[in-house]
Amino acid sequence: MRRIAVVPAFNEQQNVGRVIEEIREFDPDLDIVVIDDGSVDATAAVARQHGAIALQLPFNLGIGGAVQTGFRYAFEHDYDLAVRVDGDGQHDPSQLDRVIAPILAGEADIAVGSRFVEDGDGYRSSRSRRIGIRLLALVVSRIVGRRVTDTTSGFQALNRKGIALFARDYPHDYPEVEATVMVSRHRLRSVEVAVSMRERSSGRSSITALRSVYYMIKVLLAIFVGLFRRNVVPEEGTS
Amino acid sequence: MTPIAVSVVGTIASLALVLIVLELIRTRRLRERYALLWLATGIVLAVLCAWRDGLNTIARWVGIRSYPPAVLFAVGILFILAVLLHYSTVISRLSDQNVLLAQKLALLQEQLEVDGVRQQ
Repeated sequence: MRRIAVVPAFNEQQNVGRVIEEIREFDPDLDIVVIDDGSVDATAAVARQHGAIALQLPFNLGIGGAVQTGFRYAFEHDYDLAVRVDGDGQHDPSQLDRVIAPILAGEADIAVGSRFVEDGDGYRSSRSRRIGIRLLALVVSRIVGRRVTDTTSGFQALNRKGIALFARDYPHDYPEVEATVMVSRHRLRSVEVAVSMRERSSGRSSITALRSVYYMIKVLLAIFVGLFRRNVVPEEGTS
Repeated sequence: MTPIAVSVVGTIASLALVLIVLELIRTRRLRERYALLWLATGIVLAVLCAWRDGLNTIARWVGIRSYPPAVLFAVGILFILAVLLHYSTVISRLSDQNVLLAQKLALLQEQLEVDGVRQQ
């Protein structure tokens, strides 16, 4: 079984090396592809020094476009399982086994690590963000028809079917919420597992207070319009 | 009634628009597919300006009694909105294609390096 870790990174030369080492500590056989999303620092070089494959985007695409590049790589190189671990270090690779477990067991096509399944420990975020996360969780749960607690988590694992879907179609800008709805519309099975996430060790989050508002409006628009989109179920041949 | 000066100036301006668009197409500075809406704008406005009875009739249909040329503004604005909306869809498609190109480039570059190492 070919397995790969997809690591999106934008100006993360401080963090990406450690993330790679931690992933390797978790599983030395996991291939690691770092997507350097148009960084101006040495992110790609650091990634290569640590023995990862580095894909360098010619300019910044944003997290959605970067992550999708990794899934395209995983799809084209026939990987059976992909995990996403963000290059800023907020996802703790030692918890990867929890995220991967449902995929290995064949219980789900996509598994998402949630901070809030069991009132996730040790994660603090701003108030506006917490309210936003709560509201999105409510809306998404309604649409998806099962309880989704953490719609903005990018700590996830996919099987071949999930990789094929995301390689072909993945939302831009702030992709996780839309992706959750998309996955359910494509009738892929998804589950949430409990994880804790870390504070960023250096650098700044890409989501500021003002952007949260834009984020909410944009994501809600995308979700509701997406509901009226013709439902495309992936063809058997591609999965 | 529509003042005669409005009809004359309006017709000339609309025909000028049509001519400019045609010239842009001729010199390949504007692709035909993006010119169609502009041509339609110019032609419709020119017809409405020149055909004075028609303008008055249409104005009456839509309930404009006092000043028929207001129809020209409405139609003009409508076409401008259509053109802008069309541009938004074009920009959206271009940015989608741009993302795809960037991703393919990154994948190809990596592939090239892998192949290069293998050959050495």
